[in-house]
Amino acid sequence: MSRPEEIAPPEIFYGDVEAKKYTGNTRVQSIQAEMTDRAIELLALPPDEAQFILDIGCGSGLSGEILDEDGHYWVGCDVAPSMLEVALQREVEGDLFLQDIGQGFGFRPGTFDAAISVSVVQWLLNADSSAHSPPQRLNRFFTTLHSCLRNPSRAVFQFYPSSDDQVHMLTTAAQRAGFGGGVVVDYPNSAKKRKMYLCLMVGQSEIPKGLGENGMEIEGDAGDDKVKNEKRRRTERARGKKSMKGVVDKDWIMKKKELYRNRGKEGVPRDSKFTARKRKPKF
Amino acid sequence: MVRLITHNMLTCHVKNCTKDNYPLVFQDAAVEIRPAEPNLGFIERFLPKLEWSALVSTAKALGDDSLPEVMPEDKEELRSEEFLTKLHHVLMELLAEHEVGR
Repeated sequence: MSRPEEIAPPEIFYGDVEAKKYTGNTRVQSIQAEMTDRAIELLALPPDEAQFILDIGCGSGLSGEILDEDGHYWVGCDVAPSMLEVALQREVEGDLFLQDIGQGFGFRPGTFDAAISVSVVQWLLNADSSAHSPPQRLNRFFTTLHSCLRNPSRAVFQFYPSSDDQVHMLTTAAQRAGFGGGVVVDYPNSAKKRKMYLCLMVGQSEIPKGLGENGMEIEGDAGDDKVKNEKRRRTERARGKKSMKGVVDKDWIMKKKELYRNRGKEGVPRDSKFTARKRKPKF
Repeated sequence: MVRLITHNMLTCHVKNCTKDNYPLVFQDAAVEIRPAEPNLGFIERFLPKLEWSALVSTAKALGDDSLPEVMPEDKEELRSEEFLTKLHHVLMELLAEHEVGR
């Protein structure tokens, strides 16, 4: 399946027809709802308190509706007029802005308690016109977003990267803008259910964990093991145990030859003063 | 169509624009009133973020002068239900709509 961001710029791809199709599709609706719920969970908002939330790339307001249900107040922005038109027809609660997020936000510092974005950020990684430079747009996006978020707060972006390079590009741009946090991967072993969330924090440090197969949170065991092995390797090296590199020395070769001769293998070279000698470099 | 709570947070988003960029001024705006369920706890927590003078001047420009010129100093008055309901009306229920093109 081809990726929509490679077909056309967002404001053209989500034209009148596609916007209606997208919003009316129950499968899209349920996936969006699921991802929005997970994103809200990752935001870790204080319970039973209404918050002022920025919905980046709100589209037709599918994610905004879920924020409404939780009693939050939200402001949305999107670059596709047709999607916003659908949102207006559906009479969503939040205020809507027709805005290219690559050009930054015009909100006062500390405005929002949180920001979410569902399936949007990958659009920023493409240059849709010669005037677009993805790194510059990312930089502007993240710095203005960082300033309009309250301290402490979080921003969660669900996105579909096409390569690891894209993930790297996003995280470095976010870090440069002053965000902490990183990428949370849900169901990393499932091709279909695998979802990536960029979880950014203003003035906090702990990253939440991704979901595993049974909805369980993945523990950090793997990391610990690696550290343990590293420790063992270091102590062994300190003890002077032979590493694998030193295996090909004269003793070892003589031993092998002896073994082959005993087994009756043919063509074992005879021993001479040249056995196990290095060739000269000019050879 | 924009609520005043959002308008109060908006500045000019042009890079390095520091002069006369706040508050944004409505031109030929129509006013619509759309009732919204009050959440006074939210309004109270939102108070420190508000730029009061900008809010009052904008509300006046839109023909609503229910708010006092200066933000009340008294904490009790700030928390009173009457004051917060008034503020809720201005922030959440008063919508400014641009008439051009629609």
